[in-house]
This record gives sequence, C-alpha cells and structure tokens, in this order.
Amino acid sequence: MPAVSKGDGMRGLAVFISDIRNCKSKEAEIKRINKELANIRSKFKGDKALDGYSKKKYVCKLLFIFLLGHDIDFGHMEAVNLLSSNRYTEKQIGYLFISVLVNSNSELIRLINNAIKNDLASRNPTFMGLALHCIANVGSREMAEAFAGEIPKILVAGDTMDSVKQSAALCLLRLYRTSPDLVPMGDWTSRVVHLLNDQHLGVVTAATSLITTLAQKNLEEFKTSVSLAVSRLSRIVTSASTDLQDYTYYFVPAPWLSVKLLRLLQCYPPPEEPAVRGRLTECLETVLNKAQEPPKSKKVQHSNAKNAVLFEAISLIIHHDSEPNLLVRACNQLGQFLQHRETNLRYLALESMCTLASSEFSHEAVKTHIETVINALKTERDVSVRQRAVDLLYAMCDRSNAQQIVAEMLSYLETADYSIREEIVLKVAILAEKYAVDYTWYVDTILNLIRIAGDYISEEVWYRVIQIVINRDDVQGYAAKTVFEALQAPACHENLLKVGGYILGEFGNLIAGDPRSSPLIQFSLLHSKFHLCSVPTRALLLSTYIKFVNLFPEVKATIQDVLRSDSQLRNADVELQQRAVEYLRLSTIASTDILATVLEEMPPFPERESSILAKLKKKKGPGTVTDLEGSKRERSADMNGAAEPAPANTSAASTPSPSADLLGLGAVPSVPTGPPPSSGGGGGLLVDVFSDSASAVAPLAPGSEDNFARFVCKNNGVLFENQLLQIGLKSEFRQNLGRMFIFYGNKTSTQFLNFTPTLICSDGLQSNLNLQTKPVDPTVDGGAQVQQVVNIESLSDFSEAPVLNIQFRYGGTFQNVSVKLPITLNKFFQPTEMASQDFFQRWKQLSNPQQEVQNIFKAKHPMDTEVTKAKIIGFGSALLEEVDPNPANFVGAGIIHTKTTQIGCLLRLEPNLQAQMYRLTVRTSKDTVSQRLWELLSEQF
Amino acid sequence: MQFMLLFSRQGKLRLQKWYVPLSDKEKKKITRELVQTVLARKPKMCSFLEWRDLKIVYKRYASLYFCCAVEDQDNELITLEIIHRYVELLDKYFGSVCELDIIFNFEKAYFILDEFLLGGEVQETSKKNVLKAIEQADLLQEEAETPRSVLEEIGLT
Repeated sequence: MPAVSKGDGMRGLAVFISDIRNCKSKEAEIKRINKELANIRSKFKGDKALDGYSKKKYVCKLLFIFLLGHDIDFGHMEAVNLLSSNRYTEKQIGYLFISVLVNSNSELIRLINNAIKNDLASRNPTFMGLALHCIANVGSREMAEAFAGEIPKILVAGDTMDSVKQSAALCLLRLYRTSPDLVPMGDWTSRVVHLLNDQHLGVVTAATSLITTLAQKNLEEFKTSVSLAVSRLSRIVTSASTDLQDYTYYFVPAPWLSVKLLRLLQCYPPPEEPAVRGRLTECLETVLNKAQEPPKSKKVQHSNAKNAVLFEAISLIIHHDSEPNLLVRACNQLGQFLQHRETNLRYLALESMCTLASSEFSHEAVKTHIETVINALKTERDVSVRQRAVDLLYAMCDRSNAQQIVAEMLSYLETADYSIREEIVLKVAILAEKYAVDYTWYVDTILNLIRIAGDYISEEVWYRVIQIVINRDDVQGYAAKTVFEALQAPACHENLLKVGGYILGEFGNLIAGDPRSSPLIQFSLLHSKFHLCSVPTRALLLSTYIKFVNLFPEVKATIQDVLRSDSQLRNADVELQQRAVEYLRLSTIASTDILATVLEEMPPFPERESSILAKLKKKKGPGTVTDLEGSKRERSADMNGAAEPAPANTSAASTPSPSADLLGLGAVPSVPTGPPPSSGGGGGLLVDVFSDSASAVAPLAPGSEDNFARFVCKNNGVLFENQLLQIGLKSEFRQNLGRMFIFYGNKTSTQFLNFTPTLICSDGLQSNLNLQTKPVDPTVDGGAQVQQVVNIESLSDFSEAPVLNIQFRYGGTFQNVSVKLPITLNKFFQPTEMASQDFFQRWKQLSNPQQEVQNIFKAKHPMDTEVTKAKIIGFGSALLEEVDPNPANFVGAGIIHTKTTQIGCLLRLEPNLQAQMYRLTVRTSKDTVSQRLWELLSEQF
Repeated sequence: MQFMLLFSRQGKLRLQKWYVPLSDKEKKKITRELVQTVLARKPKMCSFLEWRDLKIVYKRYASLYFCCAVEDQDNELITLEIIHRYVELLDKYFGSVCELDIIFNFEKAYFILDEFLLGGEVQETSKKNVLKAIEQADLLQEEAETPRSVLEEIGLT
C-alpha cells in the first residue's frame, strides 16, 4: 500500500484492494470478490442504518469490483442516496458510481435527475460542478430531456462562476452530440459566441469546443464566431510565451485553445471581410515562421505542442485552398518534416502532404519530394508510416513521374506487408492505365503485377487489362507475344493463365507466324496448365480452345480430341460439361462461315469509368482518389462485374452474334414469359414512352404515395386497386438493368375499351432513367388480366419516380388513373459484404459533409429488429452483422449501379427504443445519391 | 475524444473513460483488441495508428500505457500532449505518481480526469486551476473526514 493516501483514505477500501492484489490466482480473486460482495450485500440489507461514510466506502468497493471487470447488480440505490448527502466526498463518490455504472432503470433515472436538479439549483459551485460532470459523463437522452433547457441558462448567466461555465459548455456539447433535437438554438447562442472574448482562457477553451460542434450544423447562426476566433487566435500567436501564464505549455502559448480555434475556422470558407482575412493570413504566417525559429526547449512536449498548432494551421490552409503562397510554404515545411528524426512527425507530414497534393497550387511543390517519399517506402520500419508513403506517392503521381512511381511501387510490392498488398495492386493498376502513353508499358506493368502479386489481383484488375487490349488494336500483337512468353515460366499464377488464355484466344493468330509460337505450341502451352486450374479458369480455357478452332483450322482435330475426352464430356462440373458438349458440337456441325461469325473477335467494350477506380474508391473513399486531370481521364470499358469476360459467358448455343449484349439480362434464367429484353434499337413496335401522348393526365390517385413507399423494400405486390381495376407489379433488377411486369386486372364483368397505360417521365428523369415498353391490347375483357413489360435502365442516379397513367372506357365513362411507379434508385443496389475494418475504413473516407446525410426521426412503425433487418435487405444493401460496435445498430453496404457510374453506399441506422426514434446516416460518394437513399429508407421505419 | 484507457504492460486495465455510449460487452471487446494491438508495437514505432474509423494515439509512461481514441479530424499531436498533461496532473497530485497510486486511489484519478477533460474535450488546460479544484475538494473532505477516521481507528466500523 502506498504511503500517500491523500484526502480521506478509506482504510477498508485500501485493505480490500491489497487483498485482491495479493491473490495468486483468478479463482482466489473471484473468491475474495464474492466474499466482499456478500459482505456488502448484508450491510446494505442489514437492519442497522448505514452512516454516510460506510455507504460511501461500500459503494466505492463495488465500483472497484466493477472496474475489475465483474458484474455488479446492486448498490445503485445506495449510490443514489449518496447524491443527496451534504458531504462533498459522499456526493462525489455517488456521482462517480452513477457516471461509470449508469443503469437505464427509469425509476432510478428519475431519482438521479432529481438529485442533479437540486445540486444545479444549490448555487454551490462545487456541487453544480459535480452535477454537470455527471450529466456530461452519462449524456443520456433522459438527461438531455431534463436539462437541455436549463444548462444554456447557467452557461450564459452573468453570475455563473468560471469553472461552472466551463463544465456547462462541455456538458451542453455532450448533450448536443447525443440528442441534437433536444438542444434548440435560441437567444443564448449569440451570447455563447461572445464567450470567445472571455477573459478566462479556460472558459474560452471550453466554449470553443461547444461552438465548433454547434457551428458544424448551424453554420449561419454561428457565422459571427469567425471574426472573434481570428482576433483571439491573433492575440495568442503574437503573445510572448510568458503572457498567458499557466496557459502557456512548454513555452507554447495556449496550444489547446489555438488548435481548437483553428478547427472552428475550418467550419467556414475563408473570411470575406478583408481586414479579418488579412489578420488570419498574418496569424498563419506567424505560425509558419515560428516553425523555423530555433526551439525554446529541447523537450518533446515543446515541439509537439508547437507542431500541433502548425499542423492544424496547415489543415486550415489546405481547407481554404486559396492562398498559393501559404500552400507552398506549408508544403516546404512538411518537406522538412519528411526527414525528421521523430517518427511521429514523418507520419503526420506524409499524411498531411497527401491532401496538399490535390491542390493545384501545391501539387508541383509536393512533387519535388518524390525521392524522399520513395526512400521512406524503402526504409521506414513502421508499416503504418510506409502505408502513408504509398498514399502520398499515389496522390502525387502524374504523367511526368508515373513511370518512376509505378516502378517503385512494383518493387515495393515484392516485400510489402500482406495487409496492404491489394490496395497497392489497385493503385499500380490505376496509375499504369491512367498515365500510359505507351500501352506496351501498360501491358508489361500489369503482367509484372500478376507475377509479383498474383494472389492480390482482384477480378477487376484482370478484366480491365483485357478490356484495354481489346479496345486498342495497336497493342494486341505485343500483348499476345508478351503473355505467350510469360506463360512459359514453369510456375505461373492462375490469373496470368486467365489473361493469357483470353488474349491468345482473341489474338493468338498475330503471333502464330513465328514457328516458336505456332498454333499447336500455343495450344499445348495452355493445355499443359489446364488440369491445375480452378473450374472458372478451365471454363475460360475451353472458350479459348473453341476460338482456336476458328483461328487455326490445323489444330481443330487436336482440340476436338480434347473436348471429346471423358474428363471434359463427362466432367462432374455441369458448366464444364456443357461447354465441352456444346463446343464440340459447334466445331463439328457448323460451317466455316458460321464458325467465323460465332467466334469472331470480341467487339470493343463501351467506354466507361474504370471499375478498378470504382473499387479503390470503395476501398479508400473518393477523397483520396483525387483526380488531377479530371476530364483528361482515360475512360474505357467496364465489364460491369459480369461473370467473366470470356465469350462463353453464355453457352455457345445462345451466343449467336458478336453483338450480344454482355450487360443484358439474357443470362437471367428466372425471367418468366414475355418478350426478350430489347437492347435499344428502336423498331416500329416500340412505343416511345416519353412522347407527350398522354394528354390530360389525372392527378395521382389517393394513397398512391403510401403504396409507393411500400414498394421501396420489395418488388412484388398490388400497387393500386379500386372498384374497377387492380394493378399488380412484379419486378426484378440486376446491376443497372431491370424489368417490371405490370398486371392490369379488370375486376368487372364488362370490357374496358381504349385501354391505354402510359409511362411518364419528367425531363429531368428522362436523361437518367431509360424505360421501354410495348403497348398493350386496347381491350381488356371482363375478369381478364393483361400484362405489360417495362425494360428499365438506370443511366445515372435519379430522385424522381415515373408516373403510370391509365386511361380507358368503362361502360360509357372515361376513366383516368395515375399512380407513381416504384422504380427507385435503391433498386439498382448490389449488396456488398465487408468486414468491420473495411467498413469503417470506407466510412471514414466518405467523411466530407456533402457525402453524408444524417437525420433523426420518429419511428412510424413498431421497432422490431427482425422487421428492420428484412427492410434493409429488401432495400438492396447488404446487412452487415458484427460491424457496428453497438449491436443494436444496423449497418449496410452496397453499390448503386448506373450506366455511367457505380456508387458505393454505406448506411447506418441507430434505433433508440426508449425515445422511439431512429438516427439514419447515409454516406456515398455523391451528395444526390446520399440524399435520395436517405429519403427512401427513412420512410420505411 | 471517444475514450481513454490506461493499462499496464501486463495488459491490466487501470482506468477507462468512455465519452460515447457503448455496451459493457462492446467496451470489453474494444479494450481487449486495443490492449493487444498497442502492446504488440515496438518502442520506436509512431504513436498513432488507424483503428476502425478512429485514430489511436498512445504513449507509454514507465509501466503504464495511456491510450486515446480520437476522431478522424482530431489533432494527433495535441492529443499526445493531453496525455502528457494528465500524467503531469497525476504526478503533481500524488507526488511522483506510480501505477500503485492509480490502483489504490482510482477514484482520485477519475476526479482529476473529470476536471481536465469533460465530454471528451479539454475543459481546463491550466495545471494550477485543475489542481486547485481537486485540492479544494480534498479540504472539504478532510474536514468532514477527521472524526470518522478516529472512529474507524478504534474499531467502530
């Protein structure tokens, strides 16, 4: 036991702690604890009323036991009793117990709140402080309900003591974080802003935190804080180190407050008023200048505090992104840190420079540090620092240094930590493509990538190289030659075999003239590796073989022998067997002409954003995948994640033409009867659904909105029903395409005449959503049902919904009905499973305010976990289990597919059962998408 | 700041302060994971690491690790100095603080922390002011305590 035991020293407690420490085993400890628990229980239950001191001692012991990791299920009442003690120390232990072991037992909460209320009203600053600390520590909604109105008053009252003001400010901040809806803005806000001028620096420090948090959500209301913060900051940075007395920390004046003020300023754009702006620039210059001065102390605390302010100032400079001079100076300063002996500074410099690289003003300045960064990649001993170096190299890459950076990343990849390999692979693949002037370099790079890190090549990467080779005829011969050579290695990665198989199947003829790569040699080379491969690769190779049959008639017999062998024709895998049977048949019966048509070279892929880029964006978030060249970006094909790029995507028999749409729904076997999906080409039968034919469209039928909302999370059901007509829906979606079957049922016994359903899209919607359908029979017999098929393609993200207008004659009367058709953005969701770590990494990357939509709303339906889960899955995203630290929350992830882009979406739903409220947060890389998904999903609960 | 943990080299948790609502189960899980991660790091490595969507800032003082979880936009270096200032406060209060002081007077460690950080934000950075608040409380305490201690000495508890 230590000699010093300040204050009271509860002897019994100290003895107990000693006993626990002396326990030789876990069992002994548990035994001792159980003995103590039994003792305390009997004291609490005993007839003799306990005095305050004993109560305090036992409550403190319980607290100690709890903090050791054991459960405590009694003693709360005694702790609450302590709150109303007049002795400070008893009250204090009571509050500590409550703060650590809050129990949402409502009976108790009322008692606790009551005690807090008394202390707040006591006018005793020490008691008020304890009460405020307790509210800030617990921060529950019940407390917010009870005190959110009272605390602002304490905060701005003229006679409140400074220390109480400080506690009140941070207490309010905590309540605002947990229950923003319960902290209404009001008259007090302007008075809080003026606390920035307070004489007491402790008050200013606490108030600045509060103002920053409030300002983030109420920018306009707190705008006046900017000029006050600037003048406060200016006074601090220009003060001599002794001016601020105890607020100077290791010769740095008020570092915490400086950092907080600089954070507050980052909520706003650069100040408009020239005087304020000038003063701020001066401040920032002073901070940068001070970094160059010799240190006033050798202590690490001095340099940390000084640099903390410096890094925050640089963050503000980057945030404003408007003063080229400051940006370049910031960059030079960070450059010095890159070689600092403190690992911490090197880490932070790499991180901060990454954001600087994306500013046009400082991009060039960042580039000058390339050698240092490459060196960091090679010599840093801490993987987290190396990771930052990779990020920075990626951010500073452009046409001028791409070859060097890619080469360095490739060589680093050979020894890189497993945890970051996949990411480096994606980065190399993107840079190689984006900055390829010479596509032979690109092909070499990707093949190298496969050689070095074959296991970390995701499908997107090898799809992509094939798309590029197919789309660029200048590189095809080179690619064929290079893959052929690479395949000769005794052991090559399966991914290389995929690329090699595909490319030789398309372009093997370009190198067949060379006797060293004759058709038979090409075939034997591939086939020698066939049996070691997985089923999907073997399937791909079978397609290569049938392509060879067309390219090289001389090996046809050899290939037919292979296809005919039992290991192919009777393969246990149904896909392989089917391919073998069909390809063999095709090679036998089809004429040369037909064969040449069926097996023609693949057509170029449509130009699209790189799927690798999309993948990295998902991995890292768009913030770090900055694209300096914006419009110059190489855009090209994208497989849209379809099964594989081989021509054998569908079986040979159903792949009749080279123009078969790889993106089509043709491969979906579950489509019921109905016309095949049209791939666009017009044709007399197609009705232009966008024509203005619908004159006098009826207003939306009553209840249409409700019905619409019901379809957000499901695809089938009755959309509309009145006495005459019932409209049912059945739909299915895949990637950016969908098909909807609309069933019109005549509920009467009389014919409907001139029955005309029309789809109406507003102008804005038309450019984002493509709908095609055929007209239906204009007569619908009594009791009959007709069906209409709508083919849907999402071109880009959209917020509106199309309207379905139906006009017909029933008896002598004209009927006109309009309903909203539930084709919503979330239908194009593809769920994405991911682990907790990935989720939070992506979540973090999507942290720009525009990318997030977050709001709180009242539950409209009973809050049932299973129903909620079903709805989130129905919404289309994956429901991720064991990701959120709080198991009561729901998180989901998925990708919205549109023709032009794929947008990664993350969502999080936090239910609050007591309050019957939800908080829903949606983060995506696009603000309109976040907004729309939030609207759609929040309606569901 | 979302939470602060103090643990020993043996991985024993000595103090925990949570500024976000989490279940006990989740707190234990986080603690286990972080203690493991931090103890596995070598001495010369940098004091910051990315963990889930948070940044971990940690520093070792003698046998104790101080470990804070802050949000993405928070300043790492100033967080390191929050840790240091807290250590200084403990040191000043206990006089050359050691792990045992924190074990035997854990409630004091919490009280000091509450005076310094509230709701995860710095409340008062002046060492003088924080200690003044604590010492005042101790004075109140001693006045009230003296007769009690005598009673205890003669075995009346």
